[in-house]
Amino acid sequence: MNYPSHLKYTKDHEWAELVSDHRVRVGITDHAQSSLGDIVFLELPKTGKELKGHDTFGVVESIKAVSNLYSPISGRVVEVNSELAQDPGRINSNPHSEWFLEIESTDAKTQLQSLMDAAAYSEFIKGL
Amino acid sequence: MHMLKRTPLFEEHRKLAGKMVDFGGWELPVQYSGLAQEHQAVRTACGIFDVSHMGEILVSGPGSLKFVNHVTTNDASSLSVLQAQYSAFCRADGGVIDDLVVYRLGEEEFLLVVNAANIEKDFEHLQVQLAKLEGPRPLVKNESSHYAQIAVQGPLSERILQRLTSTPLHEIRTYWFRQGEVSGVSALIARTGYTGEDGFEIYLSPDHASRVWTALLEAGTPDGLVPCGLGARDTLRLEMKYALYGHELTDETNPLEVGLGWITKMGKADFVGKDFLTQVKAQGPMRSLVGITGLGRGIPRQGYEIYDAESNRCIGKVTSGTLSPTLKKPIGIGLIEKSYEKVGTQVRVKIREEFHEFLVCKTPFIEKTQIKTGEKK
Repeated sequence: MNYPSHLKYTKDHEWAELVSDHRVRVGITDHAQSSLGDIVFLELPKTGKELKGHDTFGVVESIKAVSNLYSPISGRVVEVNSELAQDPGRINSNPHSEWFLEIESTDAKTQLQSLMDAAAYSEFIKGL
Repeated sequence: MHMLKRTPLFEEHRKLAGKMVDFGGWELPVQYSGLAQEHQAVRTACGIFDVSHMGEILVSGPGSLKFVNHVTTNDASSLSVLQAQYSAFCRADGGVIDDLVVYRLGEEEFLLVVNAANIEKDFEHLQVQLAKLEGPRPLVKNESSHYAQIAVQGPLSERILQRLTSTPLHEIRTYWFRQGEVSGVSALIARTGYTGEDGFEIYLSPDHASRVWTALLEAGTPDGLVPCGLGARDTLRLEMKYALYGHELTDETNPLEVGLGWITKMGKADFVGKDFLTQVKAQGPMRSLVGITGLGRGIPRQGYEIYDAESNRCIGKVTSGTLSPTLKKPIGIGLIEKSYEKVGTQVRVKIREEFHEFLVCKTPFIEKTQIKTGEKK
């Protein structure tokens, strides 16, 4: 799988995309969706929720497994993709474009710098 | 990391790009192409499963029938040679040590097929009981490493398997078996399974397992046969409310409260656990194993607490749960207080600190597809 270079990645297998100076979109990686299998349930927070980096912000479930979702950065949830929660199987088909939520933070850009880039993440999952 | 045990079909799973996981110490595929698709294939066409990790204990020689009947809850004396039955080993206090299938190979020869995770525990229990047996003592051997097992399940199983064997499969009724050959490999061919569909379980030498596995794939692929992982095996049995050891059955549950009264034959001579179970039966079990179905989207999972619909009283726990691939709804099995067992009773399941509405429902969760059981002999 090709890991897009415009995304940043965490060890918890979330990706983060800077969509504007202060805003980050979050989803899970191809590796995550493939490990989970057919995704059937997605539980997301309400907008307005304050998150710290590594906080659990929701849950994704496949037929077989339950997995927590972790926030890649600290900030406030400003947008939730509730449409995706209605049809979570889409995550399996397009993991790197189906986003879960958007987090706003004044230093979003700086926070992203500490995450892995595509090359580093590819190496990281090879070692798992 | 500890070394995982591998079945004789390990290389086949690798070739098929099975997603391997640690399943009770065994490296086995949880899925190949996808759980939902594999599940569907078994409901509509055919799927094959590597279940070689299962344990096989052979009981043979004079005293075998008496011994098997003493250590299992079902009545082995009702079996004809070439017939099988579902049964259980119980402790004296009624706790279930394991569930198993008893195959009567001869008048005084039985093959006991047990869960992989319980082989050692079962074998130890049998040794203890054997030492106490009066009269002739049969030979009890753990033959697990001498058997591979392939399950062929789904409505097209007979048609596909028949291409590989001269044994007339239509003559084998449900829970009967024959000794025969599959792809030239001698095998025990049983019309048994764990999916709710028609199908067979083939016991054979590990040395030839790959040949038979490959032949099944070749013979069945045009008809929609797919290799299936343990993920689909679990959802298939769950839709039927078949018990799984470690979930519905444990050392702390007795067979009567988990709906296994039908394999607990109180009428037969003494067996391990009989005294305790006779008491339970007289008083009526306190708990009941029920099917529950979710009104929302939340999926029940093992260990989640089940509550009364109105009060904050916990009435039991979920033993297994999933999103049913057939119904596309959350389903679960729960062990709850008996007074809540009636179909239609509202209950709540606590999923991550929130209460979700569920109903006690009829089981199996799905309408059983017409199972062809073969002609009468």
